Amino acid sequence: MLLKIKNLKTHYRITGATVKAVDGVTLSIKEDEVFGLAGESGCGKSTLIRTIMRLVPQSASVSADELSYRGQDLLALSDNEYREKILWKAISLVPQSAMASLNPVYRVGDQIAETIQTHAPLNKNETADRIETLFKGVGLQPALARNYPHEFSGGMRQRAMIAMSLALDPGLIIMDEPTTGLDVLVQERILRELKAIRERSKAAIFLITHDISVIAEMSDRIGIMYAGRIMEQADAVELFNEPFHPYTLGLKNAFPSIRALDRQLISIPGSPPNLAEDIPGCLFALRCPFAIPECEQKRPPDLEIRPNHFVHCIRTDHVEEFRELAGDKKTWQSLKSTT
Amino acid sequence: MAILEVNDLKQYFYIDPGLLARTLGRKQTSVIKAVDGLTFSLEPGEILGLAGESGCGKSTACMAISKLREPTGGTIRFKGKDIVKMDKAENREYRRKVQLIFQDPYESLNPRFTVFDTVAEPLRALDIGTREERRRMVMETLQLAGLKPDEYLDRYPHQMSGGERQRVGIASALVLEPELVIADEPVSMLDVSIRASILDLIRSLSERMNFTCIWVSHDLSILSNVSERLMIMYLGRTMELAPTRDLITDPLHPYAKALIAAVAIPDPTYRRPIPNIRGEVSQPIDPPPGCRFQTRCTEVMNVCAEVEPPLIEAKPRHFVACHLYRSADNG
Repeated sequence: MLLKIKNLKTHYRITGATVKAVDGVTLSIKEDEVFGLAGESGCGKSTLIRTIMRLVPQSASVSADELSYRGQDLLALSDNEYREKILWKAISLVPQSAMASLNPVYRVGDQIAETIQTHAPLNKNETADRIETLFKGVGLQPALARNYPHEFSGGMRQRAMIAMSLALDPGLIIMDEPTTGLDVLVQERILRELKAIRERSKAAIFLITHDISVIAEMSDRIGIMYAGRIMEQADAVELFNEPFHPYTLGLKNAFPSIRALDRQLISIPGSPPNLAEDIPGCLFALRCPFAIPECEQKRPPDLEIRPNHFVHCIRTDHVEEFRELAGDKKTWQSLKSTT
Repeated sequence: MAILEVNDLKQYFYIDPGLLARTLGRKQTSVIKAVDGLTFSLEPGEILGLAGESGCGKSTACMAISKLREPTGGTIRFKGKDIVKMDKAENREYRRKVQLIFQDPYESLNPRFTVFDTVAEPLRALDIGTREERRRMVMETLQLAGLKPDEYLDRYPHQMSGGERQRVGIASALVLEPELVIADEPVSMLDVSIRASILDLIRSLSERMNFTCIWVSHDLSILSNVSERLMIMYLGRTMELAPTRDLITDPLHPYAKALIAAVAIPDPTYRRPIPNIRGEVSQPIDPPPGCRFQTRCTEVMNVCAEVEPPLIEAKPRHFVACHLYRSADNG
């Protein structure tokens, strides 16, 4: 297993309260796969990445039964060891905003060179060669390495960041909203390039986005995150064809598609819970049309409903009925009292 | 009769190279043709989707229509009346009849205004009604926007979720009972799970309050769901304009074809075709003669570099600006 996360918790302490941004996430990413994690704003997906990348503030408390990369315990490493052994070489990150991630006063190529030379024993010429190869690999002209970030378009900056993430041949690339804010044709090219990169480099991709269409197009497996927990995870096709969790059922109906012009879109009333509150039961129960009193009493287990298909719900035995009801707008509106 | 007729609308911006470069004769002033010959009309009550990549001029066109900037050329007629040539009273009336819904409910609400203040502000600004009347109008509009007045009236923006804020933004646009609403990316900042409810709200209110709507978005999936007609712009001009279903299922213009092929589909088994397009969006600075799209088109012909293709009706109600097509009446 490439990356293994078991019962990971990241809690932020703020005055008088603990915000449970990530609260018991279990997932694993295999070598060479694309794992897509979908979730709405505030669901903890960014905190999850930051925890893996060691970017959470010191004050945050991180605990896990396991957090390992190719069997190596990441939590046992000191910050220095993490930087030397893991960062860029094993796990690299393409951050959400490529614009904000490049230093405006340095040439793009120099910024990538710095990363390479800090972590690998390459001389100047070897580094330049490496950058040339990297740029070609993401569809950028090598000469552009001498340009400054403001001379790049949004799509080019994103490609430069992807080139940088590949610089030291990592086993896992974490991509945080890699196409959000890009125009549809630019997004399409980036996705196409990502697929090509994946064929070539054999790196696994951990793709995090709120855009279910992008997740569907790219992923081998998908996890659906909500309020700091993974509600459901399964093989991509299985998750779309046979969803079990009511939240997944809701999301599926909330997403427009140009190939289903007649489909009625249904929204999920209400908003996510306050993560600073102590909620003993299922965090989706307040917005769930199928919730029963038990849902609010005890935290549901991560049931393995089929091999490698996990569902964070106690009512999976009624799923046939739920799937039918979820397609009807009235089912969700019965809860409208909250908005 | 059309409620809004835009004819050959032009909005140019000039880039001054600076005094030194100009006196030395190094550089000429460049022209950005953000909107360049835009023509369309709106039927009463319809929702027109306006799509295109960033920089295609969709927001600039909306600014001209909402009279936030005077156009460089062309005419905009609202119910037959040229909006540039309006007198003071007509102007006031126009400001009342045309309203905007903004993209970002986190930025567009004044953090120091309660919901009541925000929604009553347009009434106050145009001096409509007495205190009590305004209060009643605000309450009614909030109800329509799906917010319980007694619960929300005294709330501040920070006490509400994104969806609730956007409902407040909608209420403040609709409190004047406009006839034309321009919605610029009204759901792009909202979470997926609540987008549908805002889509539904605007759509159902447009029927109920009988307003016409221009819905600007770069997201074709959303537009395909909400709009009756769809217009695709590229570098300041209309490339294609047709009923939404016709445009999505049978696009004619090479640009529209590429754009639609590029839309990701929420279905992991679907294999999307590769869009037929080359290069990247250029800027509308000093554009060359001929078709705007010629540099990216894979079906480019000699005529494309010489003659700007006019918008013609290639099929009933289906307009396209491309030399590949001939007007339906000419065969």
